[in-house]
Amino acid sequence: MATLSFLYLGTVIALTAILVVAFRKPVYSVMALLVMFFHIAGLFVTLHAEFLAAVQLIVYAGAILVLYLFVVMLLNVKEDDSYQRQVKLGLGLGLLALTQVVYIVSTAGAPEELVREKTAPVAGNTETIGHALYTTYLFPFEVASLILLVAMIGAILLAKKGIMGPDAGPLKESK
Amino acid sequence: MIPLSYYMILSAIVFVTGVVGVLIRRNIIMILLSIELMLNATNINFVAFSYYLDNIAGQVFVFFALTVAAAEVAVGLAIIIALHRGKATVNVAELNLMKW
Repeated sequence: MATLSFLYLGTVIALTAILVVAFRKPVYSVMALLVMFFHIAGLFVTLHAEFLAAVQLIVYAGAILVLYLFVVMLLNVKEDDSYQRQVKLGLGLGLLALTQVVYIVSTAGAPEELVREKTAPVAGNTETIGHALYTTYLFPFEVASLILLVAMIGAILLAKKGIMGPDAGPLKESK
Repeated sequence: MIPLSYYMILSAIVFVTGVVGVLIRRNIIMILLSIELMLNATNINFVAFSYYLDNIAGQVFVFFALTVAAAEVAVGLAIIIALHRGKATVNVAELNLMKW
């Protein structure tokens, strides 16, 4: 049963990942990415990371993808989304890198020796993560909030009118 | 029980797909989407290791990776909107102001 669900989820994740890159229209790519996020959340559930599965759905599928869709529709991109000239080179390099990784993982087999016996969970997944987040990882947690603040201010400033518009200098003369 | 290496290979497939996407696509929105693919590939790896090594740190790290991904998307899309407003294109081949 576990193998079957992994096979299904893994196949769909790999296929939709390739579709994201292969689709010519950005809206189709975003939809393929949505399917991939749902199946990654399913994979997280099978790995007993229920909290992250929920966060994956809320943040990735709910917020990030809607932002992408919003921008794709706002910019109304024309149909000139061709690939780069060096498609074959890119595919060849990707295939080479993938072969290397698969070869290393399948021959070395080191990670299997590190696998530990599962201890019985003392608390639920969310409680455990929350406890780790507010004790061991308290400082990184604060830094993460600072990153979000900076990103928020940066996004507002960058998307504001006039920063790169016709009345702002740097990019005008290159038209 | 599924071997840990299966998860690593799945993650490698998704990651390499993202790299190829960055290399071959011209639309800058698609390049940003491919970066999302790579971030998700690392997340799969982190959660798989967290489960197999029985250590919660991997899941906490995914939480932080998610924060950074959200910030990256917000800033990246704002840059794309500003670029589109200034140059009226999302094709990276035409954004060659800093090309030597």
